[in-house]
Order: sequence, then structure tokens, then C-alpha cells
Amino acid sequence: MADIDIKDIIKEENLIYTKPKVITDTVMHYCPGCSHGVAHKLVAEVIDDMDIQDKTIGISPVGCSVLAYNYLDIDWQQAAHGRAPALATAAKRLMPNHYVFTYQGDGDLASIGAAEILHACNRGENITVIFINNAIYGMTGGQMAPTTLVGMKTATSPYGRSTELNGYPLKITELIAQLPGVAYVTRQSVHTPAAVRKTKKAIRKGFENQDKKIGTSFIEIVSTCSSGWKLSPVKSNEWMEEHMFKFYPLGDLKDSEKESEESYKKYIE
Amino acid sequence: MAKVRGAIVVDQERCKGCGICVVACPTGVIQLAKQVNGKGYNYAVMDKPEACIGCANCGQVCPDSVISVYRVKI
Repeated sequence: MADIDIKDIIKEENLIYTKPKVITDTVMHYCPGCSHGVAHKLVAEVIDDMDIQDKTIGISPVGCSVLAYNYLDIDWQQAAHGRAPALATAAKRLMPNHYVFTYQGDGDLASIGAAEILHACNRGENITVIFINNAIYGMTGGQMAPTTLVGMKTATSPYGRSTELNGYPLKITELIAQLPGVAYVTRQSVHTPAAVRKTKKAIRKGFENQDKKIGTSFIEIVSTCSSGWKLSPVKSNEWMEEHMFKFYPLGDLKDSEKESEESYKKYIE
Repeated sequence: MAKVRGAIVVDQERCKGCGICVVACPTGVIQLAKQVNGKGYNYAVMDKPEACIGCANCGQVCPDSVISVYRVKI
């Protein structure tokens, strides 16, 4: 093998992958191995690829990703807990040529914001929703969320979630996939390079759907919370593959466009 | 036969040593350093630089976007 020095490889013209331009130099406050970092990066890459940095409005939630405005160099608005879809609706209706997306966790979207997301999706707003599901309230110290698996130990269910006491885990993505207003509903993850590439394609599709005005795009990213789950980042990924994917199987749930008005008018005629 | 050689540059001060890149690397190039950075994390380093093929898997899974990947054909 012809030998080549590392210094000869590390040159500007050989660069094939680096931090996207939209990501700022601020050090992220997320714990080591947090899926938020990858999800942020994928959104940034899509914005970079589509060259829409000055036309993108992000709505950040309450949760760990509340500080997302420090990390992505686009316009942001910060919503009250769970109300990101309502703000996104306003932003999109006022500025229909901008790309509006919400970035929400499961405590924000599936719990306190369940009404907002269901109605925004039912209205078929032309927004993209990025939903990070790690089955726990990460920011406040790992409490049980609506998406927590049965038997999963959290700070507020130390003996494991029981259906008698706490009910059943909420598959909100499946609920949303049934609504007539949504165009694209998918569930992805970011634990391996292959999954990362698939998720990037899904996010890209979600943003492109805003051009076509065909309804809401909803992208769930099954994620880890290594601090909340009390596991190492690599172990968290393994735990997620083993347990989360059984209950939250990956793949597209809907890929068409919102239903036409005519198909609903027939009931009044 | 055209061979591909790669190299990575890790921003050591921003790396949090989560180790996800170590698992993602198909050729086992990356290891966590024995030394720590300013924040006390064992940052990622190229342990076997000659094995790197520049596939950019490590960069794609890195949550903190600290890895830049270079690739040449030789």
C-alpha cells in the first residue's frame, strides 16, 4: 500500500464531512451522547442543503431543546409548554413562503401539548413537526412521560410503570397518522449511521412538503436519554433497540397528502 | 486498485466522550483517549489511523458535530 501521511489527507480539498454551516459554534448543553445533538445537526444539514437559512423559522418547545435557538443560526420563536404547533400555525399563516418547523419532545408534544398537535395536524397546517420521543421527561430529571413503556423505571415510577396506576403508553404518532390533515407521518431514529441517513431523508421530505402545501409532516425520532435512563450513551442505544423499537416500530405510517375537501363535502349534500 | 484513505479531525475541547463514534466506526479506528479535555471528558482520537476509510459514519452519528472527515483516493 502506498503510504500517505495523515497531514496530506487532512487538506481543505479532501474534506467530505464537517459541521453544517447552520450549526453555531456554541457548545451544546446536552448530555454526552444525547440524540438531540444529532437531530439538531440533521435539521441544520437539511436547511444547508436546501439553502433556506434565511427563510426558516423554528419553534422551540419547553424541555431540553428549549435552548435550540443557541445552536441553529435561523429565526426562532419559543413557545409556551406544548403550544409550539399553535405558534407554528400563526407563523406559517403570516409568512406562507417561509419554512416553519416545530421541534418538540415527548413531554411537550404528547402530554401537555397533545391538544395543540392533534388540532394543528387535523387542520392540515403546512408545517413540519419534529418529535423527539425518549419516553421520559429528560430536562426535569427523568420523570414518567405519557410515552414511558410499561414496566420502565423512572423517577416517578420507581417500581416500573403499571397500567393500573399510570395507564398505557401513548402512541401519538399512530393517532396522528389517522388524521385527514397530515401528509407524511414517519418514525425514525438516530442511533446508527444508516438510521441517521434515513432520518435526514425524512426531514428533507418534511421540509419539501411545505413547498407542495399538502398538509402536515410529522417526523418522530425515537431517541435516548442516557442520563434519565441511567445508562451509558452506547448502552442506551442498545436498550432502545432492544425495547423501544418493539413498541415504537420504525417506518413510514403515512405518505400521501391531506384529504380533499370534496371527499368530506358529500355528507352535507 | 484505487485505495481510499481517510482521516478524521476531532475538536477535542468540544468532544464529550460519549463513545457513539467508537461503535459506529466499521474499521475500529476510533478510541477514547486516556487523557481528558478541559471538561474532564475522554475525547475521541484516531487510534489506528491507517485503517480509516473516510466513510464519515463517525461524523454522522456525532451528537456534538465535532468530527470532520477527510478522504483521498490513492
